[in-house]
Amino acid sequence: MLRLDDVTKRFRTGMLGGGSVTAVSDVSFEVAPGEVVSLIGESGSGKSTIGRMILGLQPVTSGTITFDGSHVRPGKEFYRHVQGIFQDPFSSFNPVFKADRVFAMIKDVYHPSTPGPEWARRVEAALHDVRLNPGQVLGKYPHQLSGGQLQRLLIARALLLEIRLLVADEITSMLDASTRIDVLNLLAELKARGLGVLYITHDLSLGTYLAERTVVLRRGSVVEMGPTGQVFGGPLHPYTRELLAAVPRLHQPWDDAVPVDACAYHVHGGTGVLAEAGPGHHVACARLGTCP
Amino acid sequence: MSLRVSELRVVYRTLKGDVHALDGVTFGLADGEILGLVGESGCGKSTLGKSLIRMDGRMRHLGGTAVLDDEELPIGDDRRMNEFRFKRVSLIPQYAMSALNPTRRIRKLVAELLRSRGVALDAAELESRMAQVGLPPDVLGRYPIELSGGMRQRVVMVISTLLDPSLLIADEVTSALDVSTQKAVVRALLGFRDRGYVKSMIFITHDLALTHHLADTIMVMYAGRLVEKAPADVIVQAPRHPYTRLLLDALPEVGVRHADRRLTGIPGSPPQLLDPPAGCRFRARCPVADDRCAEDPPVTALASDHHVACWKA
Repeated sequence: MLRLDDVTKRFRTGMLGGGSVTAVSDVSFEVAPGEVVSLIGESGSGKSTIGRMILGLQPVTSGTITFDGSHVRPGKEFYRHVQGIFQDPFSSFNPVFKADRVFAMIKDVYHPSTPGPEWARRVEAALHDVRLNPGQVLGKYPHQLSGGQLQRLLIARALLLEIRLLVADEITSMLDASTRIDVLNLLAELKARGLGVLYITHDLSLGTYLAERTVVLRRGSVVEMGPTGQVFGGPLHPYTRELLAAVPRLHQPWDDAVPVDACAYHVHGGTGVLAEAGPGHHVACARLGTCP
Repeated sequence: MSLRVSELRVVYRTLKGDVHALDGVTFGLADGEILGLVGESGCGKSTLGKSLIRMDGRMRHLGGTAVLDDEELPIGDDRRMNEFRFKRVSLIPQYAMSALNPTRRIRKLVAELLRSRGVALDAAELESRMAQVGLPPDVLGRYPIELSGGMRQRVVMVISTLLDPSLLIADEVTSALDVSTQKAVVRALLGFRDRGYVKSMIFITHDLALTHHLADTIMVMYAGRLVEKAPADVIVQAPRHPYTRLLLDALPEVGVRHADRRLTGIPGSPPQLLDPPAGCRFRARCPVADDRCAEDPPVTALASDHHVACWKA
């Protein structure tokens, strides 16, 4: 459904645009219908830039992004199927207007001929799908709703379109632990109905919860990708191992026993070429297979 | 005992009336103790942290006391509290970028801050403390914008503890950071305590797993009240309050997959504190609540260091 081939993004820097920074380099992966792919990386890894390029909010420098085989052309038809939701729900809404105005905007653009009562019924069904009580959220201003309610309103809004791909950029990082799980479980239900999700996060535990496949980014390049169980169950790249070791776990002390001193990735500060290490499991490590 | 807070009550004044953000919270903090303060948004954890250092204009101190090293903190009196801020009680704010003056190099910023407090800058001490959190000396000659988020956070941590305060309040300091930076920040905080730069610490967060790696004691709050307080291991392994248990159940861990084990959130949402309900405040969301819960559960001691406010515990 969604396919990225050798996508690269360079930003010009400096006053006259003389310098350039490569934010994303040669990234390729796919998202199929009914599949959740998590894109994991630290600040500055280029994960949000990839999300923005998929949504057509930023042009690619080289490489191609295709949706159903055709190039991404941002416009009404494209956004009928592909939607993005971002980190801060409070800045996604205009504080001056009531929050349910986002539904009216969808009606105006995509369903102008739908009669009012029929539309109201569809809004209610969408709210029901995201476990929101219409009476509690309709007619309210954004500041009267919680972060979890606002994120769910945005998902409901996407459901009123014929959405097939959702780009979810850190959608749960501003939410409480309990609300976070509710939103994730909701994505799991939508996935079962065929929705493809690109789940962008820096939180490894949230990334593994839903995703079939995981892509780990470091400084704009993919260092490891493959089935989630393999990437996190038997990580091969030292960077993935380091990330995993840094995650605080409830019942274990922090693991410091990651032998990285003798690692080529540390000596040269770079990585190898992406090579297949197992079925569907790709690793960019110069010493793949020779490392203990 | 380093800090003793008794029956602290703080409200936010709004046009609709007073919001009871802290409704009678009592706890103590021993010398060298790190207290992890957890709970959902709006449970009063940040309000508690703010009350102990600086109340903003909307907050009003209704009652209760805070005694630090046998001296009562004038928490309701903004001007008298100035004597204590930075020297005795210090705060690490959540957003380090907005805490640093963007027009000053770090060295000058620190010197100006110290001069305003009538203290001379000990450059060697400053450099050695920067080194302890892994910052090279040339950081002092840079502007805040030239530092990464994790470096800024560590600069703010060093500045906050420069005068060796007795109590340090760290409010959501790791929430905006990557996992590897989080780890470095937590290690640095532990170092501050171990070297005696701070006597005790309150670490406010919503991340139970991270708190467990740092705190000696964890205190769980709900709707402006204390729910459970116990040593960190006890909270994680043998929690007694239903709310603490549900919070732990909602915690995702690396390796837990939706297909294998479905995590559950806590249904419902916390009560409005404009007009808090009578009885146990968690009653409406609690799976084991019954008629008795209509009566306020007192905070009782299950062990000398384990306190719970629940009839069912």
